[in-house]
Parts: sequence; C-alpha cells; structure tokens
Amino acid sequence: MTTFEEPAVIVTPPHTLAPAQRALALIGGDLTEKSLRLHLEGLSGVDAVGLEARASALGTRSIKNASKVRALDTIIGLIDLTTLEGADTPGKVRSLVAKALAPDAADPTTPRVAAVCVYGDMVSEAVRALGSSHAVGSDSAGLNGAVNVAAVATAFPSGRASLAVKVADTAEAVVAGANEIDMVIDRGAFLSGRYGLVFDQIVAVKEACRRADGSHAHLKVILETGELTTYDNVRRASWLAILAGGDFIKTSTGKVAPAATLPVTLLMLQVVREWHRLTGERIGVKPAGGIRTSKDAIKYLVAVAETVGEEWLTPQLFRFGASSLLNDVLLQRQKLSTGHYSGADYVTMD
Amino acid sequence: MTRLAVTKTYKLYIGGKFPRSESGHVYEILDSNGAFLANAAKASRKDARDAVVAARAAVSGWSAASGYNRGQVLYRIAELLEGRRAQFISEIQHSEGVSEAAASGQVDAAIDVWVWYAGWADKYVQVAGNGNPVTGPYFNISTPEATGVVAILAPQGSSLLGLVSVIAPALVSGNTVVVVASALAPLSAISLGEVLATSDVPGGVVNVLTGLAAEIAPWLASHGDVNALDLAGGEELDWIELQQLAAETLKRVRPPEPGIAAPTIERITFFTETKTVWHPKAMI
Repeated sequence: MTTFEEPAVIVTPPHTLAPAQRALALIGGDLTEKSLRLHLEGLSGVDAVGLEARASALGTRSIKNASKVRALDTIIGLIDLTTLEGADTPGKVRSLVAKALAPDAADPTTPRVAAVCVYGDMVSEAVRALGSSHAVGSDSAGLNGAVNVAAVATAFPSGRASLAVKVADTAEAVVAGANEIDMVIDRGAFLSGRYGLVFDQIVAVKEACRRADGSHAHLKVILETGELTTYDNVRRASWLAILAGGDFIKTSTGKVAPAATLPVTLLMLQVVREWHRLTGERIGVKPAGGIRTSKDAIKYLVAVAETVGEEWLTPQLFRFGASSLLNDVLLQRQKLSTGHYSGADYVTMD
Repeated sequence: MTRLAVTKTYKLYIGGKFPRSESGHVYEILDSNGAFLANAAKASRKDARDAVVAARAAVSGWSAASGYNRGQVLYRIAELLEGRRAQFISEIQHSEGVSEAAASGQVDAAIDVWVWYAGWADKYVQVAGNGNPVTGPYFNISTPEATGVVAILAPQGSSLLGLVSVIAPALVSGNTVVVVASALAPLSAISLGEVLATSDVPGGVVNVLTGLAAEIAPWLASHGDVNALDLAGGEELDWIELQQLAAETLKRVRPPEPGIAAPTIERITFFTETKTVWHPKAMI
C-alpha cells in the first residue's frame, strides 16, 4: 500500500502592516500589504489633461490691488523659510532666523513667516536663535508671532538609509526642539510597488515624532513628485501618506527637478479634500521648491481657496517651502506700499 | 494689379526678445509728410519693469567680461550696422524727411561713434583709474567699475545718431541699458535692436522701449533697481521732478543735453563707480 502524502503547502500569513488608525478605519481590520495595494491601485486614474487645464485656469484669475496686499501678507505667513545646503553653518541659521522674525527690517508691519526649515543638526541652533518666539507644541505657528522649527529628517533628500537610522534621525530632531518633521518617502520602494514598506516607514517615523509628554511633532511627508513620474502615482502616494498618519503632504525636497508644480499641488489638494469629506479630518499641503515669484505663489493661494476652501489658508494647513520666494514677495510689498518699483538692494541677501 | 502693402509692426526689444507691449497698445509712426509709416509698440510701466528685470539679470555677465572682450563685441555691432546701412538710411529718410545724403551721413556718423566708444572699452580704466600716492609699504589703486543698470531717455530729434551717442558710452564700462527711444522717430531704435539681437551682445544688455517718455520715465526714475538715469533727451519733460524721484533711491543723474551728445570719455566715466583697494608691497 502506498502512502499518499499531501503536498506540503506553505501558507505564509499575510504580512500585517503596522497599525495606523486611519488605515484601519478606512481599509478595515485586516491591514495587509495586499489590502493596501488593492486600495491604492483601486483609486481612479487622474485625468491629466483636465487637471492641467484646471490648474492653468486657476492661474488666470485677476487679482486686484487690495486683494494683492492681503495675498502677499498671507504668503509671508505661510512660508517655511528654508536653508538646506551642505554649506549651512550655525551663523547662516541665525541669520535665517533673524529674517524669519523680521522679514523686512524697513517695515515692522511685515508679518513673520510660519517656520524655519533646517537640517536636523541645526535645530538646536534655530531654537536658540528664536528664543521666546519659538512656538510651543505644533499648532501655534503664526499665532502671536510664534515661529515653528521644521527639521528635514530620514536621510533627506534621498531617503536611502535603514529604518533605524531614519527613526533615530527623527527622534533626535524632535528632542532638540523641532515642532515639525519633514520626512522623505522611499521612492524606490514606492515605485517598485512595495507600498507596505513605505507605509510601515511612515508609521515608524510618525511614532518617532512623539514627544516625552505624549504630543506629536507634526509630520510632513515628502512625496518627491518629480520622481514619481505619473499623476496616478502622486495620487496613490498622497493617499498612502495620509493613511499612514502624515499631518501634511509635501510635494518635493527641492533637490530634484521638477519640484512643485501647480497641477501636482492641485491634485494633492483634491486628495486632501476627498479625505476631509470622508473623515472630517484636515490634512495640510506644502508645495516646495521652484516657487520663486509672488505671481506663482498667488496662483497656489487661488488653487487652495478654490479646491479645499479658504479655511486651509492658515499655517496649520498650508505652507510654501521656499527660500528665494520671500524676497520677491517683499519687493512686491514694497512696491505696493511706496508706489515705486523696488530692487534687490532693498532686501537682504541670503 | 496692385500689391497689398505689407507694413512692419515694430515691437519692443527686451531681454534679447521682441515682445509686444504688455498693454497691447500701439501708436502710429508718421513720416515727415504726415503719412502712415508703421505701427510701433507703446510701452507701459510694466514693460519698463520687465526691461529693468532683464537689464539687471544681464549686469553680472556683461560687466564681468574683460574690457577687451566688450570692445570686440561693440566693434562687431559697428560691422553689422554697416551691413544694414540701406535699411537705416531708408528709415531715417522717411522719419526725419532728410535727403539720402544726409541720412547716409547720419549712419556713417553713428557707426563711427560705435567704433570710437568700442575702442575705449579696454582703455578707459587706464585713463580714469589711478595709483594713489601713499606714505607706507602699500599700493593704493582706484579703478572705475560699471554702476549697473542705466536708464536712458534718447534724444527726441535724432533717430539713430542721437540714440547711439547715449547708449554706447554706457555700455563701454559694462553697464546694461534700458533706453526709451525717440517717440516720433523710434524705427531706427528697434532696427538697432534687431542688429543687437543678432550680434554677440548678450540678451538684456540693451533694452529698447518705444512710446511716450513722459509716461515711462517716472517709473524708471523711481525704480529701486535702476542705478543711474541719463536724461539726455528729456529737456521737454518735467525733469526736475525726475531728478527728485531718482534722488529717493540715490541714482546718478545726468541732466538733459540738447542736440546730439558729442563723444567724450566723460560720458563713459559718468556711469561708473570708483573702487579703491589697498595692496601690500612685497618685501624686496
């Protein structure tokens, strides 16, 4: 009699992802790589032509002078004044902070920026330079002149480091006093379809943002849309970042061209609007890199106001990641207040 | 069968390109008999703003070129003007109503002025600079350098020679120029722009605006990014007011000069700033 052996079937239990409240609520209890993939790949495709047409239509709004005055002040209040160079020094960070506190030394009515954005090792220097103007917690940027410190972490800008290094990078910046963490996603993993890995990393970094008192430093998730190649990918990555617990979704590091574009930002705003309808929760958006003129920045304000509504135009929900934008805004502001065109000699050199 | 006349629309010359006026406005250029000659763009304050932006962007490159190189580039313009001689003669004849001989004489004079100024590009520093006497083991050296963006009101009465006589000296030291051409006879100015666009002069070094100087000049005079103002052709304007506007932003201002500015080295050095450096002598 021959014995019949059952072929050995190796059953691998579904890889369970790190628990993230939002994803559990939306996708359900069995949060796995597969269920996440099904969800993200089930998102409807982006109508690229329609998106770009809508974005360029938003750029044609006529902004009258009185609105322009308000728009310029709003833009300043939404700027994350940024220095992310290998050549940064404590002195450079101190002068950046001085500019954040008094963008136009000749005009004390100029509002302060929302935050200064620096590398992790410069956080303590930025905090010291801000002194009593350093915002408490993560939600008070822009209130009573408080300025946040944002730190880029997780092996910015490439994101090519082990998870342990990324988590340590983040935790160190939070301990040093960063109110906000700008993390980069692993684009390599995302583009090769390993959504679960990206998801787990965001969850882990979010956990590293926890302060000793239990509150969180705000987490901005940089999608680096210039490397994602398609609008469909941008939509998926936006969903992924929100599901994993991002407080903000941010377009780019500013180190890769193209950086922020209006269509990409509009698309991310649409995802945020969708999420708000679904859950009532408000997620922030931060276009970064490539926005150099007031004219461009005003187009973004229009896009925000007409996509998610004017209540998004606060430092808690919308930011510009920029360094040279501020000077252009100050020049336009001087033009409006003095009546004649100003020049680069009348703003600081950065 | 009569052929339909194809008249040229003269556009602005800003940043190496030929845009229409941002305002969309044009005005008619009439010949000396009052007949229609062409349409020219009527520059607005925003065109002036764009021109200053283009001029500012061009300062670093043009002023960093060696004097020798600038001289070569300017001389090349004289060569190209020679090649377009017929076009300039015809434009001058029509808009000024002068004889062909007189027009030809003006083109000759304009080309000679270019060549004269081009020659100074690698020499004016030696003439205007100085080794200052000091009582110590140092050299103390003063050299003139370009001041930056120069806004110029071209003489109203002359189409080519007047224009060339005011823009060439400003270019020699490495300044970039925004020039408001003669309102009545701007065609040669735009044709000069066409010459410059095909020469080796980088875009933005010369920017030509056509239209009413009275409308554009106050914006240039008060502009914070303009370093100097040449009111050469502004004697009909309220130029005291323009001087006051310019003083707000500490500009160098050259008062109006009736007629055609004679070529002088002083016109070159007027639009420069003096840099003085100390340098230790070696122990010999």
